[in-house]
Amino acid sequence: MMKKEILVIGAGPAGLMAAIHAAETGAQVLLVERAEGLGGQLIKQTHKFFGSKAEYAGDRGIDIAAKLIDWSKKLSNIMIWTKATVLGIYPDGVVTISHEGKFTLVKPEKIIVATGAAEKTMAFPNNDLPGIYGAGAAQTLMNVHSVLPGKRMLMVGAGNIGVIVAYQLMQAGVKVVGVVEAAPQIGGYRVHAAKLQRNGVPIYTSHSIKAAHGTEVLEGVTICKLDEKWQPIEGSERYIAIDGLCLSVGLTPLTELLWQAGCKMEFINELGGYVPLRDANMMTTNSNIFIAGDVAGVEEASAAMIEGKLAGLYVAAMLGHQKDWFLQDFQLAKQQLSALRSGPASAKVCVGLSKAILEEVV
Amino acid sequence: MNALPSEERLAKGPVAVFECLQQIPCNPCAEACPRKAITVEHMNDCPSLNEALCNGCGVCMSKCPGLSIFVVDATYEQNKGLVKIPYEFFPLPKENQMVDALNRSGECVGLAEVVRVQVSPNKTNIIWLALPKQMIMEVRAIRLREEEHHG
Repeated sequence: MMKKEILVIGAGPAGLMAAIHAAETGAQVLLVERAEGLGGQLIKQTHKFFGSKAEYAGDRGIDIAAKLIDWSKKLSNIMIWTKATVLGIYPDGVVTISHEGKFTLVKPEKIIVATGAAEKTMAFPNNDLPGIYGAGAAQTLMNVHSVLPGKRMLMVGAGNIGVIVAYQLMQAGVKVVGVVEAAPQIGGYRVHAAKLQRNGVPIYTSHSIKAAHGTEVLEGVTICKLDEKWQPIEGSERYIAIDGLCLSVGLTPLTELLWQAGCKMEFINELGGYVPLRDANMMTTNSNIFIAGDVAGVEEASAAMIEGKLAGLYVAAMLGHQKDWFLQDFQLAKQQLSALRSGPASAKVCVGLSKAILEEVV
Repeated sequence: MNALPSEERLAKGPVAVFECLQQIPCNPCAEACPRKAITVEHMNDCPSLNEALCNGCGVCMSKCPGLSIFVVDATYEQNKGLVKIPYEFFPLPKENQMVDALNRSGECVGLAEVVRVQVSPNKTNIIWLALPKQMIMEVRAIRLREEEHHG
């Protein structure tokens, strides 16, 4: 059984930052990632990120991924396992991992769970026809694997992922016929929506998908208008011929390992579903298990990166790797996070966090 | 916040227009400006432009993650104005090519001549469009005409 000071589960923006900042203090880190490569969802984010310089604002997600991956590989005290799926966290602290097909045991002193989130789906007739994708899946197909997901497509959901992926579909050469949004207003940032609108992509608010049609593959959908109670308005149905449909109807944290480890969980709608309760330093109700990124509550990658940094620094300090710059670095990261969250765009997340954070540590 | 440049400022030459009207946590434009003409005091504030300092260089345009900054020049020619738009599609238009000029809703409102294509290392390229002066506050996108024929 391998012993390690810190195990980081997931090598997306949060996990990479956690591993890097823990390792920068001298801690011994094992970073495990289920996919073949590092970077998580960053490797398909071809758009430029918001935020400030500290969160690499203005850089594209793919370029941020390259920087963080490069940084993590330069630190010799980070051991990296890809194609490694964590199977369970046991009461004695032993973690079981399937690594390149082999069953492996690891005994870390502290664990940082940064497993991210999964896309939600929605129910409508024929929603299993080939040609219907999660928006993230379509984004992976085109931006990672260079496969065009369709020629004529419709997006469901005008949140940030919906409007961003719709724009990227256009960049890939797909004719995007529109974005359908059940809410009466666009949820994503106005500037992202404006990029679609000025290029002729209509956004249908108070609309939803009624059914998909096709014999073997998707051939079209029926959309309809919704009333103020979000109920379909009879007679408002309209058929749109498409060969691809993307669903961008929210994300939910990937919390299975935390449930299994016995962390106290709470359903918090504003954070995307069940999330672990935690203190202000990202520690769950199990003092050996920390969290960072979307698993702690669905938010943007910029926030995930800072949470990762906080968790990494804090856990390393707990294990005795407290450098003289710890307090300054840690406080600065906390300030960056609260600055990011201080605007109206983060109001919902802040409501959710107020329910998930057990105590405020000053 | 000064959302649009004043008539007085427009009459003096090229100037940036910030179509960033929602408070989001973002400030790379302020970092990008070589003349310190852009202020984002708190990260969630909308940018504020010092019109006197801005010379319409467009450095902020390619940095803006929201592609929400444009440069307009009402003094370009006697009857023609200039609009610089951020552009992230392929193929790029060619200089001297005529393109459909689109408004904020994607409706074609006329023709524009591409006078310059600035290729940016960060892949947000800048297209300079010459068009009738009265359209500089209206046109915000283009559609290549050849593409239309290919459907």
